[in-house]
Amino acid sequence: MQMSLIVRTAADVLFPFIMVYGLYIIIHGHVTPGGGFQGGAILASGVLLLLLAYRYQEFTRIIRMVMMKSLESTGLLLFIIAALSAMVLGAGFFYNWLFPGGLIFGEFVPFGPGPANLNTGGVIPIMNIAVGIEVVGAIGVILLALLSGIKERI
Amino acid sequence: MKRQLSIIVVVLMVLMLGVIAIGLSFGEPPDHPMDRYFIENSQLESGANNVVAAVLFDYRGLDTLGEAVVLFTAALGTMLMFRIREEE
Repeated sequence: MQMSLIVRTAADVLFPFIMVYGLYIIIHGHVTPGGGFQGGAILASGVLLLLLAYRYQEFTRIIRMVMMKSLESTGLLLFIIAALSAMVLGAGFFYNWLFPGGLIFGEFVPFGPGPANLNTGGVIPIMNIAVGIEVVGAIGVILLALLSGIKERI
Repeated sequence: MKRQLSIIVVVLMVLMLGVIAIGLSFGEPPDHPMDRYFIENSQLESGANNVVAAVLFDYRGLDTLGEAVVLFTAALGTMLMFRIREEE
């Protein structure tokens, strides 16, 4: 079922803001409350908003199941690669090798409350982004699979 | 008879859980050396201002990997259950 024009227009207007907010939650995961799981769930809720406002066939013509599947696999692979990359350098699994003096995300953080600095955290932001990609893919796959069985009257 | 038995079981369960819940102290978790360690050292060791993120992705990264795999498996199972049959 396609929702009314009001709902569709509201979904169109709200969708980019939801995307930006989800990306903000993911990228600032190591500075503010939030992280990969939460931000990915927000992104997936934006996908669900479009999915509910438009017809299923119309939606899957633009955002296909394969895209969500590949997002899911890419996120999990990126997460494991970020964890394994420490072993290449001779440290343990999940060692935070980027933190003191890495090329990116390597700035030093003083103890105690201080100004937020995005360029800190070592591999934590990379893992946050990986988990965010994986969560949006997984929840997107689940939503698309669950809503695929609806018989629609066009 | 069955109804009365179920009512008795429910009342007993509520009493049991209620006694345990009343006995707990709220708002003042006991001081543990591990909490202090995370609060004092996580910024210097992992470089993240968010202690929760430091614990999730640095100290207990393997646990988060397990969570991600659980989500992956859930999506996989849903896809298997709701796959579109071509013959229909």
